Amino acid sequence: MSASPISWTAPGVRDGPDAGGAPLLVIDDLQVEFRTQAGVVPAVNGVSLHVDRGETLALVGESGAGKSVTALAVMGLVEKPGRITAGTIMFDGTSLVGLDERAYRRLRGGDLAMIFQDPLSSLNPAFRVGDQIAEALLLHSDLRKAEARRRAVELLELVGIPQPDERARSYPHQLSGGMRQRAMIAMAIANRPSLLIADEPTTALDVTIQAQVLDVLRDVQREADAAMLLITHDLGIVAGVADRVAVMYAGRIVEEGSLDGVFTSPRHPYTVGLLGAVPRLDDPRGTPLRTIPGAPPNLLQLPAGCELAPRCPYVVDHCRAERPPLAGVPDESDVSGGAHRSACWRAVELPRLVREASP
Amino acid sequence: MSDVSSGPGRRGDPRRHLREAGVGEAATVSTGVLLDAAVETGEETVETAPVRSNLRLVARRFLRHRLAVASLVVLLLIAALAALAPVVSPYDYNPPLTNEVLDQARQPPSWDHLFGTDRLGRDQLTRVLYALQKSLLVGIGVALLSVAIGVTIGAIAGYRGGWVDALLMRFTDLVLVLPALAVLLILAKNPEPSFFGLFDLPPATEVPGMILVISVLGWMAMARIVRGEFLSLREKEFVEAARAAGASGTRIVVRHLLPNAVGPIVVFATLEVGLAILTEATLSFLGAGIELPDVSLGNLIADAEDTVGTDLSYLLVFPGLVLFLVVLCVNFVGDGLRDALDPRATP
Repeated sequence: MSASPISWTAPGVRDGPDAGGAPLLVIDDLQVEFRTQAGVVPAVNGVSLHVDRGETLALVGESGAGKSVTALAVMGLVEKPGRITAGTIMFDGTSLVGLDERAYRRLRGGDLAMIFQDPLSSLNPAFRVGDQIAEALLLHSDLRKAEARRRAVELLELVGIPQPDERARSYPHQLSGGMRQRAMIAMAIANRPSLLIADEPTTALDVTIQAQVLDVLRDVQREADAAMLLITHDLGIVAGVADRVAVMYAGRIVEEGSLDGVFTSPRHPYTVGLLGAVPRLDDPRGTPLRTIPGAPPNLLQLPAGCELAPRCPYVVDHCRAERPPLAGVPDESDVSGGAHRSACWRAVELPRLVREASP
Repeated sequence: MSDVSSGPGRRGDPRRHLREAGVGEAATVSTGVLLDAAVETGEETVETAPVRSNLRLVARRFLRHRLAVASLVVLLLIAALAALAPVVSPYDYNPPLTNEVLDQARQPPSWDHLFGTDRLGRDQLTRVLYALQKSLLVGIGVALLSVAIGVTIGAIAGYRGGWVDALLMRFTDLVLVLPALAVLLILAKNPEPSFFGLFDLPPATEVPGMILVISVLGWMAMARIVRGEFLSLREKEFVEAARAAGASGTRIVVRHLLPNAVGPIVVFATLEVGLAILTEATLSFLGAGIELPDVSLGNLIADAEDTVGTDLSYLLVFPGLVLFLVVLCVNFVGDGLRDALDPRATP
């Protein structure tokens, strides 16, 4: 750490009097709708979550659950036909919903940075990598161009790119996938954000590279003292990186809690299914992969009660009649003492039900 | 942190992570080989891919296109001759009509007068060179101006989309369906052109006026091309990434989208040079445009239109051939650029 070539400006600024106070990001009852010809799609349907300073929250769920839309809503990048219809997003004391575009631009890439899924398509092919990082710096500071370039090289070195001098002069297509994602990370942390949103940062990468990129991500996050909202559907990544986990299903958070709490004692059938679907090395050869039967609901025709009811093995009549709220559950295994919440009518008895179902 | 920056030990052995992840040495042979291959190619890209600028890459692809290179050489030669006409040629393109000059009238091509002399004894080659000056200026000027107009309209339409796009593109369609030649003639023949009565414009009998007139009807294809490019480019993830980095709309258009559309723009601009030279010649031929005693390829040809089938037909043939050669070369260069700038082409 001490050998790091880069010196962050104004260290400790964030450890001010309010550092231990309010969470960095608070999303409350966020609703994002997409108006399509087929009807109004509630892609995000009442999401509430918070990210504390310096912590990593993993947002987990299958494709179409609304993870990315939630992230874009935080970045203020929901595009037509999408629209935030309700809810609030508070970031570091600022309300982001309806924030003036110019003020938003100052936040984006500054205090609020995002890493996208596919590093090839999110780097501009007509731009040298170093220049793209320098641009991110120039947008948020009054560095001179040469200074910004030099710092871009430092950032490339920070994310573990060999020969950063030469790589800075490369075009994106001249780098491998892992290098590109490292460059994206360098760009995102260039202005030392306090919140880093990573939207499936390793999905497009070779498995051998994934671990390296995650290491880099974790290291720079620690270095920059940034909080991270990590969007992924890879539970292995969650286990390795996250402090807390929020599970999304059909535009809603269905379970939220500490990593230990959620992974060792899941309180929502969907989480149980997700964890059960992870193949294990100690499975005997030839064991069929476990899946969650059925498909996610059509967002145009959500069921009246719990969205998971049609797929849930533990469903009771009450589930179909009324949607369960996200409510706290007692959690003996949650050592951190954090709140473990689940949107399931049978959350309390769920561990017993699971044990009985699979002896 | 120190782990990562401490170098090759960690990066050099990505399989370590596999072992950590529980994939043991007993992994089947085929997966092992595949992973090795992936690791190796990954590392190779990093170590050996030379840093080469896009410009040099484009230049290399262009140089492979023999016809385009030859055309470019011919064009540059012609342009140099035209620009240096006063130095290259011992004659004046429009000398005072003394008896000495008049004595030389109607001479067929010879070593003294490669393109012959006209009915007043003026050296035709000299007149063609001076005409080329005007024609090339018109061609380049029109290319620049119509690209500027077309790119602006196309970029706004393509980036903004929605009703802005609809409005601008319907306007483009409107201009596109005008009977071009008639409108050009009307514009070019206007003796005192002005911008809707607000300020005066140069008359079309001189180069700047001619450029304006031709550009007015020369930008539509560029607008459509750029709009199309932008419509697809703006959906690219790097645009969203730029926005996420805090870039403004203008910045995204100028810094991120335009450089990615530079290929089609350059190709169009090149082809437009040829087209503008032809249009100028057509207008001059029809009696509008650059007027004698100033010479352009168009009015040289127009001046010789009655020589067909006579001994003087060389007066028509040489300017015609030069016009043909220039436009042909411009088009070949455009072709070469199109291939060189095509992102899908092999390096």
